Amino acid sequence: MGIFSSLLSGSGAWNPLVWLLAFVVAVIIVYLIWSRGEKSYKKGTEQTTPFISGNKEPSKDAVHVRGGNLYWGYTEALKGYYERIVPLHSGDMNDYVLWYLGTTALILVIVVVLS
Amino acid sequence: MIWDVIVAQSPALLIAIPLLFAFFCPFIGKISNMVRNIWVAVGMALTSAVALILAWDVYAFGTRIYVFGAQAANYALPLDSGGIPVRIIFTVDPMSALMQIIAAITGLAIILYSISSEQRHSGLSSFYTLYLLMITGILGMVSTGDLFNFFVFLEIVSIASAGLIAYRVDKGLAVEAALKYFVLSTIGALAILFAIGIYYGEYNALNIAMIASRMQFTVLDQIALVLIMAALAMKCGSVPMHFWTPDAYSMAPSSITAMLVVASQASLYGIFRVLFTLYNVTLNTATVGWIVIVLGVLSMVIGVTMAIPQKNVKRLMAYHAISQTGYMLLGVGVGLAVLGNQPLMDSFGYTAMEGGIFHIINHAMYKGLLFLTAGAVFFRIGTYNLNKMGGLGHSMKWTMVFFIIGALAIAGIPPFNGFASKWMIYESVYVFNPILAIIAMVVSILTLASFVKVFHSIFMGPKLPEYEGVKEAPLPMLIGMGILAVIVILFGIFPETVVSTLIVPAAHALTNQGAYIAAVLGGV
Amino acid sequence: MFLNIPYIAVVVLALIGLATILFKRNLIKIFLGIVILESAVNLFLIALGYREGGIAPIYTNAPAGEEMVFSTVQALTLTSIVIGVATTAVMLTFAMVLWKKYGSIETNKIRRLKE
Repeated sequence: MGIFSSLLSGSGAWNPLVWLLAFVVAVIIVYLIWSRGEKSYKKGTEQTTPFISGNKEPSKDAVHVRGGNLYWGYTEALKGYYERIVPLHSGDMNDYVLWYLGTTALILVIVVVLS
Repeated sequence: MIWDVIVAQSPALLIAIPLLFAFFCPFIGKISNMVRNIWVAVGMALTSAVALILAWDVYAFGTRIYVFGAQAANYALPLDSGGIPVRIIFTVDPMSALMQIIAAITGLAIILYSISSEQRHSGLSSFYTLYLLMITGILGMVSTGDLFNFFVFLEIVSIASAGLIAYRVDKGLAVEAALKYFVLSTIGALAILFAIGIYYGEYNALNIAMIASRMQFTVLDQIALVLIMAALAMKCGSVPMHFWTPDAYSMAPSSITAMLVVASQASLYGIFRVLFTLYNVTLNTATVGWIVIVLGVLSMVIGVTMAIPQKNVKRLMAYHAISQTGYMLLGVGVGLAVLGNQPLMDSFGYTAMEGGIFHIINHAMYKGLLFLTAGAVFFRIGTYNLNKMGGLGHSMKWTMVFFIIGALAIAGIPPFNGFASKWMIYESVYVFNPILAIIAMVVSILTLASFVKVFHSIFMGPKLPEYEGVKEAPLPMLIGMGILAVIVILFGIFPETVVSTLIVPAAHALTNQGAYIAAVLGGV
Repeated sequence: MFLNIPYIAVVVLALIGLATILFKRNLIKIFLGIVILESAVNLFLIALGYREGGIAPIYTNAPAGEEMVFSTVQALTLTSIVIGVATTAVMLTFAMVLWKKYGSIETNKIRRLKE
């Protein structure tokens, strides 16, 4: 029982084995539902190609959405934040040293002067 | 008999073995590549074995000290010195032992990975020499009980990692990244040396336990604390001094990036050692605790928001490393903020510290795994650009499985180890201040979002015609990734065993300044 | 008053070194700034060990009854000088390779890694 006991914090408990049990039950239920699907179809004919309202399917590398285009909506919505933060990562080494020394000075003021 | 000798001398062997293997590596390299690979693998395996033996001994029997150059290993106070430890002492307490375990496991996985991922490059004798020197430096940094010795090992790690980051010159980009890392590192190390000079001038001692027993919190001590804290926070990549981290992590070879994560965590260990063992309750815990918490929250938020629009997969993962360092700073900062107050410590302070420290070992495992999968993809298709990749899940199935394990772990999805440590941090930080816990949870959601983006870009989608002949990654790389993945899964399924065996002694040893001083000064 | 001159020199040298690192563009000048900063810290370490009227800390044939200056800080300074030599050598090698690959060693031209 020692190795399977739950992790305790001051206000709750977490036991991954209970979670795994629930996950296994969920997988069994999903498998039972999937196995009642339609089994009689012919592979490789028109029955398995994607249906795009009758248009021709484009070539494979035009279908894949590239990494830079995902989350466009998120970056567009937070444009005010990103336009301020991204230029700070300027690549200029003097700026990097300035940030380090500035932070040291700020923490020095907070710890030494203000208490 | 041999076993007793090894256990008794293990702190010295921990530094001597990798140093010896590093110095002979260039000569052995002249014989042949295969002999050098075996030499390096044997050296790393021996180092990991000694580190694990020492860690087991410290967890079973308590803090170990090792005095260099004395008659016996625990002869800390010479008779004619008047009760002052004059020699360099390695003090290995359970927190140091935990960091040694991390370095040992990660180092072993990375050597197995490097042997096949670097096979197409030249100049490998220098690569492995610098790698073994970096291992020496990291193990020394976490074991030492002497401040100047810490500075020397810190510089060893800086110089070796700068050389390793610039290893693949890559039309000058890698050298630019190494230059920025190194200039910042040097300025930070000079600030640490200045602070060590202040301590020596005030207390006439360099030993951490000696300074801790004499510490009063004068103005000079406050200045020294700020200098050390800011310099080590810059070395571990916390915002707003994190600008070198994406450059250095993305331009280094992938196996070295996984080790740079461990080196950053050794600097984090340095901050904790200074804050908890050197100062403990003499400092103004509310102010300094809140400074650490603010650094942690800034790192979490800015790290993850800068990660989402990135196009280079290793730069994205480097911003996530910054973000996860914020979690560790948040957890331990909450523990520091309630340090003097024993009822609050018992109710949530210890849990917060255990969450932060558990996150250190979890992060080393899953971040190392993620960087190694990015390196495996690069090994096969030659690019890190997310806009050019796609459909690799058809051919690189094992790499995809390891990536899924790493991505779910970093996002904090049960049953992996990331969830266990993040849950401990959420529960305890919520009692301290609910807003911090809510910010931490939102950052976790954004982490999941950006890794779903990376997973779709690299592995999902139809098979692309330009990646027609891509095969799975070579077997040594898969074994290296497999070691880390197995630990990610095991730590997730049995978190209570891991926490009670490894993490709780470490957290208690960190906060218990009296026990540390007593171990070195013998009850004074 | 005279006992404080080394410490005043430390502060002046450190400020000169930091100003050079922050405001100069040429990489070699930034490295010189780092060397000046390092000299400042070494001077600070040695000045800590001075005891008024002390003699050099040499054990053989030391005159009896005389106080010696502290030798621990001198060992620290020697180690620091050696680390400084290694650091300067590595930084200059980086500058050489950057000159060959980028054609320039100004920090506002070495900015290909940004954001």
